[in-house]
Amino acid sequence: MGEVIVVTSGKGGVGKTTTTANVGTGLAKLDKKVVLIDTDIGLRNLDVVMGLENRIVYNLVDVIEGNCKIKQALIKDKRYPTLYLLPSAQTRDKSAVKPEEMKQLCEQLKGEFDYIIIDCPAGIEQGFENAVAGADRALVVTTPEVSAVRDADRIIGLLEAHEMKKTDLIVNRIRMDMVKTGDMMSSDDVVEILAINLIGIVPDDEGIIVATNNGEPLVGNDSKAGQAYMNICKRIIGEEIPFLDLNAKKGLFKRIFGRK
Amino acid sequence: MAFWDNFFKKKSDSASNAVNRIKFVLQSDRSGLPPETLEKIKNDIISVLSKYVDIDTKELDFNITKAPSEGGELTPALCANIPIKGVKRASSNDKVSKE
Repeated sequence: MGEVIVVTSGKGGVGKTTTTANVGTGLAKLDKKVVLIDTDIGLRNLDVVMGLENRIVYNLVDVIEGNCKIKQALIKDKRYPTLYLLPSAQTRDKSAVKPEEMKQLCEQLKGEFDYIIIDCPAGIEQGFENAVAGADRALVVTTPEVSAVRDADRIIGLLEAHEMKKTDLIVNRIRMDMVKTGDMMSSDDVVEILAINLIGIVPDDEGIIVATNNGEPLVGNDSKAGQAYMNICKRIIGEEIPFLDLNAKKGLFKRIFGRK
Repeated sequence: MAFWDNFFKKKSDSASNAVNRIKFVLQSDRSGLPPETLEKIKNDIISVLSKYVDIDTKELDFNITKAPSEGGELTPALCANIPIKGVKRASSNDKVSKE
C-alpha cells in the first residue's frame, strides 16, 4: 500500500511546487514508484517545473469527471521510469473537484504506487481541502520569514483538525550568511515557534532557478540544495540522516574574493 | 573605528525581532484573543504575583501554546514560566519554590 503525502504551506511562493518536484524525483531516484498530483486547478505549474508541459493530454479534472482512465492521464517522466505526473487542469477552477473525489482517487493510486505526492495550492480554501482529503501525512514548507511562519502555523492547526497522522516541517530558502549576522531566523527559531518535527532544511540556492528554467529538478546533484532534498527523501523512507552542515567553509580563494 | 567596523561587522538583531513579533502574533492567532487582551492578562498576572513574590520580569516567558486536552484534542493553553527572585512575605508553612 502506498503512502499519500501532501506538500502544503498556506502562503504562496515559499516552494511547495519545487519541493513536490524534488521530493518526488528523489524518491523515484531511490527506486520508489511515485506519482505527483498537481491540485492547483487553474494555476498549473508542476508540469513546467518537471519539464513535462508538452506531454499533457488529459488532466486531474478529466480523471475526476470520468473523461479518461487514470492511466491515460498519467505522464511518464523523461528521466525516471518509475515517476509519473498527474497534471492539473488549467481552464477550470477549484470547485471542479470535491474532497471526497480526491480521497477516492488517492485510494486507487495507493494500490499502484509507493508514494503519491500532492502539490497543494496556496490558501486554506477548497483547494487545500481537496489536497489534504486523501493524505496520510503532510510536509509543511515554510521560509524563515514572519509571514510564511505565521501561515505555516495556521496550516499546522488545520492539519491537526483534519487529524493528519504525521506532519513534518521543511524550512526552505535559508541563508546561513544572514542567519550568522542575525538578519534571518534560524531553522531552530522556526522549529521552536512551530513546535513540529523538522524533516529538512533547504538552503537558498541559485541552482533552483536554473533547474526550474530547464525543467529538471536538482535533487541528488552535489549542490547543497540537491543534497538537502535527497536527505529529505531518505528521511521520508525512514532512514536516519543527520542534517547537512550548511556552514561548511568556502575555499580560501572564495573567502577572500567571493561574496562576504 | 569605521575601519574596524568593516571587519567586525556589528551583529544586527532583526532576526530576534522577527522571532518576538511572530511569537506575539501567534499567541493572538492561536487563542483567538486580541493582542491587547493578552497583554492585559499578562500584566494582571504579574501584578497579582507581585503582591507575594519578586518576579524577574526580564526572564518572564508568557505563551499561548497548544496542549492536548482530555479528549486528546489540541486546545490553546496558557503557559507561563515566571522566575521568582525572592519571596516577599512567605509564611512559615508555605514555601514558594523556584521552578
